[in-house]
Amino acid sequence: MAAAKNDSAGSESVRVRDLVTTFPYGSRRVAVVDQVSFGVAPGEVLALVGESGCGKSMTALSMLRLVPKPGRVEGGSVRLGETEVLELDVPAMRRLRGHQMAMIFQEPMSSLNPVQAVGAQVVEAILLHEDTTVRAARKRTVELFAAVGIPDPRTRIDAYPHQLSGGLKQRVMIAMALALRPTVLLADEPTTALDVTIQAQILRLMRELQRDTGTAILLITHDLGVVNEMADRVAVMYGGKIVEMGNRRAVLGEPSHPYTRGLLAAMPGRARRGEPLHEITGVVPQPAEWQRGCRFASRCPERLPHCTDQPAPRSEPSPAREVFCHARVGAPRDIDPGSSRPVVAAEEGE
Amino acid sequence: MLAYVVRRVAYGLVTVVGVLFLLFLLFFTITAPDDVARKALGEKAQQEQIDQWKRLHGYDRPLLPGPGHVRDNMLVEHFRRMLTFDFGRSDADDTVILDRIKDGAVPSILLTTPLFLVGLCLGILLSLFVAFFRETYIDRTGVFLAVLGMSLSILLYIIGAQFLVGKLLRWFPISGYDPDPAVVWRFLALPVVVGILSSLGGNVRFYRTVFVEEVNRDYVRTARAKGAGDGRVMLRHVLGNAMIPILTNVVMAIPFLFTGSLLLEAFFGIPGLGSMTVDAIDNNDFATLRTMVYIDALLFILGQILTDVSYTVADPRIRLE
Amino acid sequence: MQAILEHHWFSNAVVAALLLGSVALSVFVHRNELWRGAARELGRRRPVALGVLAVYVGIGLADSVAWVDGRMQGEDVVSAHQPRSAVERAFGGRPEKTYSRPFAGAELYGTPPRPLAFPGRHPLGTDILGRDTLLLTLRGVRVALLVGGLTSLIAIPLALLFGVSAGYFGRRVDDVVFFVMSTLASIPGILLLIALVMALGQGTLQVCLALAVTSWVSFCRIARGETMKLRELDYVHAARLMGVSEVGIVWRHVLPNLMHLVVITFVLMFSGQVLVEAVLAWLGIGAAGSWGQMIAQAKDELSREPVVYWNVLAAGAGMFVLLLAINSVGDAIRDILDPRTRRERE
Repeated sequence: MAAAKNDSAGSESVRVRDLVTTFPYGSRRVAVVDQVSFGVAPGEVLALVGESGCGKSMTALSMLRLVPKPGRVEGGSVRLGETEVLELDVPAMRRLRGHQMAMIFQEPMSSLNPVQAVGAQVVEAILLHEDTTVRAARKRTVELFAAVGIPDPRTRIDAYPHQLSGGLKQRVMIAMALALRPTVLLADEPTTALDVTIQAQILRLMRELQRDTGTAILLITHDLGVVNEMADRVAVMYGGKIVEMGNRRAVLGEPSHPYTRGLLAAMPGRARRGEPLHEITGVVPQPAEWQRGCRFASRCPERLPHCTDQPAPRSEPSPAREVFCHARVGAPRDIDPGSSRPVVAAEEGE
Repeated sequence: MLAYVVRRVAYGLVTVVGVLFLLFLLFFTITAPDDVARKALGEKAQQEQIDQWKRLHGYDRPLLPGPGHVRDNMLVEHFRRMLTFDFGRSDADDTVILDRIKDGAVPSILLTTPLFLVGLCLGILLSLFVAFFRETYIDRTGVFLAVLGMSLSILLYIIGAQFLVGKLLRWFPISGYDPDPAVVWRFLALPVVVGILSSLGGNVRFYRTVFVEEVNRDYVRTARAKGAGDGRVMLRHVLGNAMIPILTNVVMAIPFLFTGSLLLEAFFGIPGLGSMTVDAIDNNDFATLRTMVYIDALLFILGQILTDVSYTVADPRIRLE
Repeated sequence: MQAILEHHWFSNAVVAALLLGSVALSVFVHRNELWRGAARELGRRRPVALGVLAVYVGIGLADSVAWVDGRMQGEDVVSAHQPRSAVERAFGGRPEKTYSRPFAGAELYGTPPRPLAFPGRHPLGTDILGRDTLLLTLRGVRVALLVGGLTSLIAIPLALLFGVSAGYFGRRVDDVVFFVMSTLASIPGILLLIALVMALGQGTLQVCLALAVTSWVSFCRIARGETMKLRELDYVHAARLMGVSEVGIVWRHVLPNLMHLVVITFVLMFSGQVLVEAVLAWLGIGAAGSWGQMIAQAKDELSREPVVYWNVLAAGAGMFVLLLAINSVGDAIRDILDPRTRRERE
């Protein structure tokens, strides 16, 4: 799969090209991340959207080379500036993790070490990468805690995870991830486990901090509300592949891929009162059942005869917009997948 | 914190009372003093001799408190003696039990301390290693060897080692003891090594399960994501979180340690508390036997209290409750 | 009581009961989808160990079926009225006077060594009393299975009874059970065992009872903890709201959810008991005819000249192979049934 020609490495913080990560299912290995390519520019938020199990978390873990066994990154490239991440030796990879590329996890409850004070865990992150004193690192940690909005940082630094609320724990995670001003931040569902009111605060905090540091953020989420609030661009994943990518406004406003349309139509806010919610028929296929062609084919309302056995081709309906769909290669077809908006109008709007 | 310790010690004392009642049940009611006397004196002993022996060893009192003998009975006497560490004399050879315990403690401690510490460290390090390579052939080989080691009786370890080292290689004396500090290690080396080997399999298998469970937790991934190396992740994060099950297992191991040293001491001729217990069994020396059971139970209860208190150091979640 | 238990018709009846029970168990396992899947998975993972166990159980059962011949055989009046088991009939009846090497034609000691009554007929040699080592080793199978199995059969129901009632009813019951548990757990197992056997007297049944008393505590603690968790589950609350009786809840919702722990504990306990019995045997208070007793003599036999090694090797191998098979089956069972390791595997 050729990557977009107009993506020059210089303007992007990180560029992922044809990333493949496999897991064994029975006797064969299935690519749960299949030829994924995207880039994130400094100060930009790219939202990676999809249902659970579509490979979006694995994509982030693959970028940090933290795929759990027996999974394995098989190929592709992750370029961070001049560095090829997938070719680094182990010590260099260790220096990169948490320093140039950091990650925030979904479960703040279990992602912090329960028997270490939260401050000590941030101090450890600093000391792992900078040759400084414990005292200086502690001072930095207090500042970081203040910056992420933890009240009374001087005492909270010695608190243990179980003494903090979920929102505070996630703030600690953010402080830890941003402690060394990483070039790239991978945020894996950072607000999913939190209360709705806290979610907004955390998102706003990430936005503010990003403005100061210019960090590129890959935001992994299944929540289109979060996407709406945070993302500059959106990449939609299904079955280990990116099916559609482009500006947030374009992808959410005028979705092109049948899966994106179904996803948007299924959002509760979109349906009119009293109308039943749209649903995508069928179930998400298990990785072991993935076929050679487009993985959405079995559920697709616009399926063509060759969809099941030929990989979906890439098309660019407009600049900086990518869609992988057989039905979009030829003339746009006038089929309404059930959304309340006329599809043709949506495509003409681009 | 202090309130917790006080409560814990109080419960320990209640347990001691329970142990004393159980000992009374076993050694004074189920086994009749007449039988004990007959075993000590021989089957042909006259009733007069038996009565005299019972008087000498304090078995001639009424069993339970009653009118006229509220304090002068075996139950109260048993409690009084045990709680004041006045253990009396052996049923078999009339030696003072407390003196023999004092003599036997040193060799026992010299044997069990290195056995316990080295065995524990070796077991933990090996299982950390195996857990790090989980789901690979190193892991599978390690687990298989551990199960293999667990399936051999400690008797076979001892007999095998004595035969190999004593009879074929002739590196160490296979039996005996000399309190002289310059040579004592020559007598202790073999039993210590055998003790470590015999418990290694079970330890590795247990700790591996603990570590593998921890390795898969989210905070380990966080530690890796912030750039911690493998060694640091295993030793600082995984080991730190595994301390609770390790501590529990360590305390559970203490009585088994005694079992091990019982056999080791008897086989290798080390005159410690274990040998003393085995002699007591051979000689039907109930007075010594119940004293040994009581002392070991006391040590175990004490160890449990210390563990529960050390939990609070190892795990902040328990500390603050 | 003792006499009834040792009568050969009693052990024949037990064998029949065991066979009937295993048929009933296999029918149950076959009908229950969950257990059938687990059994199939076990068969897939540990075919060799299961085969080895089947051989052991076969030998143990064959050694438990005994009968009296009724009429005299030759001039041996005594043995004619002694019940003899199937294993004894197949491998026994060739007594010598003292030690002989495997397949030897003459006794081990003596100048010159006297010829054996059955030269070349003892593939594993004979022991100090001239008994065939192969026969002794095979007869040890039954003792080991008895020690491991009977003990677990006493200890597990006991632990379930106390653990479940303590965990389910809490308060007073829990206080009492917890006190008994912590008292028993405070006395190191081996010493409590020694004290119990010395108090109860010697014999296989007494050894099993003593082993059961010392080993039920650990499972009782697990059962108690697990019951406390189950008691708080939503569907148990729902059942209570719908008016299901307490006993009904325990029977329908608590016990079935403890069954995987019972199976795991049974297997792990089994091998532990056999190992501990060997120690008791060496202390002179073990079960009659156990491998432990054979091994215990090795200290003396290995210091002889020439060395007598075959008794300890035969008994040690018999015990080692049995425990290895049980432990590896136990490991697999735990992997298959334990939800924690199950999650790890997926």
